[in-house]
Amino acid sequence: MNLSTSNSAVGAIFIALLGGAIKTSTPYLFVSLGETLTEKAGRVNLGLEGTLMMGAVTGFGASLFSGNPFVGVLAAGGAGLLMGALHAWLCSFRRVSSIAVGIALMIFGTGLAFYLGKPLIQPQAPHLPAIDLGFWTTNPALKEALQINVLFIAGVVLAPLLAWFLASTRWGLILRLCGENVEAARAKGIQPERVRLLATAAGGFLAGIGGSFLSLYYPGTWTEGLSTGQGLLAVALVIFSRWNPLLCLVTSLLFGALGSLGAALQAAGLSQGFYLFGTVPALMALGLMILTSGKKRGVSGRPAELSVHT
Amino acid sequence: MVTAAALLKRNVSKTGIGAQLGAILAAVVLFAVFLVLQGKSPWGVLADMGIGAFGSSFAWQNTLVRAAPLLLTALCTLIPAQLGLVIIGNEGAWLLGGLATSVLGASLPPSWGIGGLLLSLAAAAVAGGFWIGLAGAGRQWRGVDPTISSLLLYYVAWGVFLFLVEGPLRDPQSLNEPSTFPLPKEFLMSSLPGTSVHAGLLVGIAACLLAWFVFFRTRLGFDARIVGENERLGATLGLRRSLLVVGACAVGGACAGLAGGIQIAAINHASNASLNAGVGFSGILVAFLARQRPLAVLLVALLVGGLQASGGFVQRDHNLPDATISVFQGLLFLSVLWAEAFRRDPSGGNK
Repeated sequence: MNLSTSNSAVGAIFIALLGGAIKTSTPYLFVSLGETLTEKAGRVNLGLEGTLMMGAVTGFGASLFSGNPFVGVLAAGGAGLLMGALHAWLCSFRRVSSIAVGIALMIFGTGLAFYLGKPLIQPQAPHLPAIDLGFWTTNPALKEALQINVLFIAGVVLAPLLAWFLASTRWGLILRLCGENVEAARAKGIQPERVRLLATAAGGFLAGIGGSFLSLYYPGTWTEGLSTGQGLLAVALVIFSRWNPLLCLVTSLLFGALGSLGAALQAAGLSQGFYLFGTVPALMALGLMILTSGKKRGVSGRPAELSVHT
Repeated sequence: MVTAAALLKRNVSKTGIGAQLGAILAAVVLFAVFLVLQGKSPWGVLADMGIGAFGSSFAWQNTLVRAAPLLLTALCTLIPAQLGLVIIGNEGAWLLGGLATSVLGASLPPSWGIGGLLLSLAAAAVAGGFWIGLAGAGRQWRGVDPTISSLLLYYVAWGVFLFLVEGPLRDPQSLNEPSTFPLPKEFLMSSLPGTSVHAGLLVGIAACLLAWFVFFRTRLGFDARIVGENERLGATLGLRRSLLVVGACAVGGACAGLAGGIQIAAINHASNASLNAGVGFSGILVAFLARQRPLAVLLVALLVGGLQASGGFVQRDHNLPDATISVFQGLLFLSVLWAEAFRRDPSGGNK
């Protein structure tokens, strides 16, 4: 292999990773932003993998029947909102474990999505549009990589908005207080359960939208193998993003790129080990969890009321 | 002398079986509402589910075949739960266990007979135990949440499994469905006399009884439960938490791995993608439905096994998709957790 072809191969991989980061980071981004909101209120919702699948199937169905993909996105958000509210409602009972409810919702959401999705496997629903930011280049791979989907743009706008909301608004302060010190919140006349209900429902709404991306943009159909664990990975991603929405954006892009490593290498002519490359995001998440956790140090930014060992 | 019945009774009353039955009833009602919403007659479907699960000797055998692996995969969640760890990566241990049995079983000389089978199954237990042991080690030494890490490990296991089965370990003769080489017939597990139920059922029952005995009748199990209830008290008493935590995860993983190995030796004969059928995930449901009690697993596995056995029946006779059973299982899981709110005894709960 001479220098110029190896350069072009590296360039092709780089462009494919850039495109992959933009194309596949959206579900990570929406789910992790939603989970950040929920966890900042002091509640963990482990069930977002189920919410993601419910969002994917309702988004696809609603887009198919209405003919408008944005109706699909809203319906997906609505389904996620209901799942989140169900989680919060069950957790509002004493002695009901939020971790266990999350596991149950993961199983329930996936099962219900498979049930609802049976008649949706064949048809093709209207897709979400993309914005062409590659108009300036003649490189077809780069042109393709710079097709930016509208949900990604929405997510990029949402991340700083959410950071601002949490840091600088009254509601953000109330929400964080419920995550840091329930007793103090109660003393101030705040009802933590109600705040957590709203935060979990809103988090579910965002996670549902993340699901609609899978069925309405990329891969863009409904299949039972649609999610390869993005919902769970995004929950892990919140931990090493230190509950910071802006870091969620960075890590989501990183995981989008890692997730498309197999496809990128395949495009460059390396077809061996496709399934192994598929495990890279999960391995990376495990690695980052091992690095950023630590029994003694604790994790900065972690809401004090969270009941998960991190 | 304490009879088995008295022991069972004491254990059952401690678990608050009333709340549990109420939860199952609530799930049935919710499922009936779901069926009505789908335009189906709930009576017809529920009655046929009962018949499909327990209505004939064929149905019973089908139920027992499905319950057998659940007994073991449930222990993958149940055993670490005694130490306060929530493990949900059972399916990963199951897959690697099945693969380990396939690999070793297909390479040992068939003349080794039962010894070869036992070695292949031991490999399954080691593989599963190592895998879930990793989640325990991560929790113990790095404070990594074992619930999330064990499920992440499942995604890793699934990728590795597919890579090996469709790549280096593929039997070139498996054309339609890439598979490993099948086990020699000398290593296959036989059925119990007069039935189609394989001997793995007895292994599962024995494992649950042993788990009960260890946790509720030995010093080691008592120590483990102390560590699970109160970490600080355990430390004060000088209990070696790290050994107990990692050990419990490894033993739990070994159970799920063994279940995968038995599935290969008794039913599938070779590893392929169809091994990833959710038996590990159903094990989580069984463990929670049994409220992490080993003896209750015996009953609950029968119930969930029956539910799954009735799936084909419901699909055929009522034109409902097979995911209908998954919906019911999800409702069951949610109802059982909801029931915790109505429980009176202060000792239980998984909080």
